[in-house]
Amino acid sequence: MTSAADQRGPSDDDLRGMLRTMIAARIYSTRCFNLQRQGRLGTMAPVDGNEAVVVGTTYALQPEHDWIFPQYREQYALGRYGDEVIRRHALYLAGHPEGSNYPAGLNVFPCQISLAAQVPHAVGMAWGLMRQGLPGVAVAFFGDGASSEGDFYEAANFAAVIKAPVVFMLVNNGWAISTPTSMQTAAATFADKAAAFGMPGVRVDGRDPIAVWEVVTAARARAVAGEGPTLVEAVTHRLGHHTTADDPTRYIPVEQLAAARAADPVPGFAAQLHSVGLWDDELQAEAEAAANAVIDDAVDQALARPLAPDAFFDHVFAQPTPRMTQQRALLLELEAEGRS
Amino acid sequence: MTMRTMVEAINLTLAREMARDDRVIVFGEDVGLNGGVFRATDGLIDRFGRDRVVDTPLAEALILGTAVGLAAAGMVPVPEIQFLGFSYQGFHQLAGQIARLRYRSNGRFDAPITIRAPFGGGVRTPELHSEAIEGQLANIPGLKVVMPSGARNAAGLLAAAIRDPDPVLFLEPLRGYRSLRDDLPDDTEFVEPLGRAEVVRDGDDVVIVAWSYQVEVARRAAEELAEDGISVAVLDLRSLVPLDIDSLASIVSRCGRVVVAEEAPQTAGFGGEVVATIVEHCFYDLEAPPQRVSGYDVPFPMAQLEDRYVPSVGRVVAGCRRVLEVAP
Repeated sequence: MTSAADQRGPSDDDLRGMLRTMIAARIYSTRCFNLQRQGRLGTMAPVDGNEAVVVGTTYALQPEHDWIFPQYREQYALGRYGDEVIRRHALYLAGHPEGSNYPAGLNVFPCQISLAAQVPHAVGMAWGLMRQGLPGVAVAFFGDGASSEGDFYEAANFAAVIKAPVVFMLVNNGWAISTPTSMQTAAATFADKAAAFGMPGVRVDGRDPIAVWEVVTAARARAVAGEGPTLVEAVTHRLGHHTTADDPTRYIPVEQLAAARAADPVPGFAAQLHSVGLWDDELQAEAEAAANAVIDDAVDQALARPLAPDAFFDHVFAQPTPRMTQQRALLLELEAEGRS
Repeated sequence: MTMRTMVEAINLTLAREMARDDRVIVFGEDVGLNGGVFRATDGLIDRFGRDRVVDTPLAEALILGTAVGLAAAGMVPVPEIQFLGFSYQGFHQLAGQIARLRYRSNGRFDAPITIRAPFGGGVRTPELHSEAIEGQLANIPGLKVVMPSGARNAAGLLAAAIRDPDPVLFLEPLRGYRSLRDDLPDDTEFVEPLGRAEVVRDGDDVVIVAWSYQVEVARRAAEELAEDGISVAVLDLRSLVPLDIDSLASIVSRCGRVVVAEEAPQTAGFGGEVVATIVEHCFYDLEAPPQRVSGYDVPFPMAQLEDRYVPSVGRVVAGCRRVLEVAP
């Protein structure tokens, strides 16, 4: 906890901003979960339990320079990068291809479904920034389960070799769908794996956004100083479903889930800011109302967004192949006849 | 004009493109200090430095995966996979990521990535060095598949691939690296467009459709048949994606008889795609059922038997004779 006078921590404004972003993340995620249940949006992965990790990380970054390589759970909590992220993600959940197109200037890579595939992408981005003398770092978010993929080991190994400005943000929420971390690794901690790559490994309480902020601030400083990457293990708990297609009661013990919910980082951080006079019920109500307005608007716009029946031919190549042009013409012909 | 081998042509083109565009970065296993196991990147590290010619760890998913991030950062990545068979260890990055970068970003990111990889039989390699898997690659939307057949088109097509805003698999035949030579234009702007087939030998009785080193095999088969007074055309597809359907349909319709020669296993190989395209476009001009001369439906064999697996001049000649036996 800190005050504006404490230069080592986030400012009071940032602390309130962090809490607002966490509150918004929970609201976005919950709303999208419910909209999936109503059949209005597609399968989604709730962010519940990971908010402090994503928010603490992004508040330690410079969004105009630093790149985010998310998996599929972080988008709700990327408010530091602007409301456009949630507007695009609503489109993604609505099944619209523009949902993966974060406009130029918004340094967020599209949602990644193939676990850990984004980790070498982040290293490639960091390598490219470094080669061109551009400021900025790349942050890859991935889970305890994804850390078992070869992509993580290949990418982390090379990033350390070339001292790429990367932060590997390993979010250990205890479960890879139904597989507990004890089945994922025999290492004492995931952070320990950093030693084999020749980079620092830091374990941090992923339910404490200030602790995450401090660790990522240090990792970023190290990266931009040319000293190379850092592996951060942010420890938290998934508070419920892996995705809307999941039933966690089949594998997470009831008492463990109850304990995790009792230590929910969102009300926890609100209470913390309350206790030092940085937060009150009015600010809470305002934050909730603002988030609800954003998600209402994002979902309404996403569901109303027009989409041409042949849109999937766009953006495969810069110029379509002759065969694709024929296929597209046939689709449109059948469409006109009502037979597509 | 200067006479150069195929591998010299590739090396020269890489150097020209790196000199032309400082965003071009070459990386892969042993491409730097060693100049590539076939010397395709020989001398580049001395000329362009370790920042632009980078020896990577042995990690194909890394090589292919970092290309995605480099491209998004505004670079022009030219990674090498040391042998195409090793691409299986990075196939998820190739098929799942590189091929979809433009598509899944809905057009935000270009993917000007050229992946060079040698492949093909005839040089007695150990396992998983020779596999012709172009059909598997051509079935991945978003990838272009370019297969030069000689020094000249290797130079022109590689320059086009590197300048292309989309990912190109540039597959180089091991057997052709030093055995195939051409007079090469000294013009640093020598670029041949992707997606255009070339009639490398004209004829009337039968056309052999081939790509990569099988073009050379087809040429020799055509010469052998010419001794018996048979007029054989050879069409070099040069790129499988995009496929030059017009050139293919035109020459097949004119000859009426066609043989497709490929190194890959027959079942679900690209030769099947070529035949299907021919049937769609030339059915009423065909005078005989098309013939495929392919590898067999077995894993690429050990060295002692590989000459029986890779289509030989004799097998391609026999294929032509089979289509010529059918009465009009």
